[in-house]
Amino acid sequence: MSYGEKINIIDIDYTWSLKNYIRAFDGVYIITLFKSIIISSITTLVCLLIAIPVAFYISFSSIRMKSILLVSIMLPLWTNLLIRTYSLIAILRTKGHINSSLEYLWESTNNLLNFFNLANYEIMGESFVPLNLMYNNYSIILGLFYIYVPFMIIPIYLVLEKFDRNLLEASYDLGANHIKTFFKVIIPNISPGITSGIILVFIPCLGSFIIPDLLGGADSQMIGNIIERQFKSANDWPFGSALSFILIYITLVIISVRHVYTKLYSKLHLRGNTQ
Amino acid sequence: MKKSLFYSPTDYARNKYLKYITFIFLITLYLPILNLIIFSFNDSKRNIVWRGFTTKYYNNVFENDVLFSAFLNSLTIATLSTIISTILGLTTAITLWKFNFYLKKYYDLALLFPIIIPEICMGISMLVFFNFINWPAFEIWPLTLSNIIIAHVSFTFPFIAIIIRSRLAILNTDTLEAGLDLGANNIQIIRLIIIPFIKPAIIASFLLAFTLSLDDFVVTFFTSGPNSVTLPVKIYSMVRFGITPEINAVSTLLILILIFCTFFVIRYLSKNNREVLDD
Repeated sequence: MSYGEKINIIDIDYTWSLKNYIRAFDGVYIITLFKSIIISSITTLVCLLIAIPVAFYISFSSIRMKSILLVSIMLPLWTNLLIRTYSLIAILRTKGHINSSLEYLWESTNNLLNFFNLANYEIMGESFVPLNLMYNNYSIILGLFYIYVPFMIIPIYLVLEKFDRNLLEASYDLGANHIKTFFKVIIPNISPGITSGIILVFIPCLGSFIIPDLLGGADSQMIGNIIERQFKSANDWPFGSALSFILIYITLVIISVRHVYTKLYSKLHLRGNTQ
Repeated sequence: MKKSLFYSPTDYARNKYLKYITFIFLITLYLPILNLIIFSFNDSKRNIVWRGFTTKYYNNVFENDVLFSAFLNSLTIATLSTIISTILGLTTAITLWKFNFYLKKYYDLALLFPIIIPEICMGISMLVFFNFINWPAFEIWPLTLSNIIIAHVSFTFPFIAIIIRSRLAILNTDTLEAGLDLGANNIQIIRLIIIPFIKPAIIASFLLAFTLSLDDFVVTFFTSGPNSVTLPVKIYSMVRFGITPEINAVSTLLILILIFCTFFVIRYLSKNNREVLDD
């Protein structure tokens, strides 16, 4: 693999300078990096909020239902990322399905109002204004969520499968309600699954460039877009390499944090068992 | 089955909120894809309102030379890279399983590296690598794809090695000793004991690598040149120019192929797991 050599090339000269790294930490680039991290974090959070109930439902359903649900969650993972993003465009764009359904709704309400001679008051506004669902940060988050949510569900599900359900009954027996049980019993027990889910969602989100490129607007580019542009149109390969190495460093930091966390977790668990 | 009015609070499968969330989630997960497939049969250029059933966009796809050659490129790349990476992955898995050597632990970690880093980093590292070694630009057809094939091998073979290794981990080593006792040589042991045992894993990982390679856009996007356009790259450039029913038709074809492969992967993997449970 070719990871070592190319850190500091300048016009194919290997000058070993840190100029590109310094450039990566000023102005626009650091802002974009932070923005990418924020967008990825929000996406991860939304994925987590949806994934926990879904994983719960799957792991508690009957064996037959379980396999059907699991396959139906895995299947989109195998269809092309690009195609899924494209299919979202068809739904979200100004003349897409959501907007045309809303327009239909608007027209029928307007007709209804006409029927009651209320149209002159213009309750619904003068004419139908399509929602701007695409080309903003929300559409990027939605797209990332739509693409990467299975990566969150599967690890949580796998941990829930190993989870000792007697603990739940014990908790209810001892008088805890659903919410208390969830935070005191379930969350600590499935936290390994949650952390691996977070990693599996956060890292690809951070590096994604197709989704911001196709769904995002002019002001909503992520670090992946900048890297791509350095290689495709701006033709500044050394800078692009430096940026992508920063991305790799972030990834490695996240993974080592996770490693430390798992070690601490297993230590805590051992102590809990001996006492 | 009689529905009981009282059920245990731990029986979350009966919890209606969880049920609603799951089913709404699944519907939103599938709605765009279904919409895409349905509208590939729509007889309208604008692709919003349903105007009757047609298959003419599929004909357009097959008559479109650029698309067809892109499709052919994708299949060629997927097939060749999968064959190479299966051989590489198989040998890597057997090596890591059988032998102990210096820094083996780090070699294991290095195998995971292409999987965990963001895809875009993998793609540009390939681009820089081919540029660095001055990889020649070939003119003859299968060779024009050589750099993409190499790139695909490098990111699919770790998956293969990991799947085969997990299967090898449960191989009973007594059978190997029995084989040695009965006078088999190393090649016979590999051919008659190891290969039959890990066959489901080989098939599953072969299909997995095939799907990954056929599906891949990011790595191909950075390594492909004007002579070597694959189907996802072509779809990307089409999407950038605007939304046409042809894209729907091509996408539907690709989805069908991928689902077909996935079906077999799941079958072989579950067979694999079942045997593990039987052991």
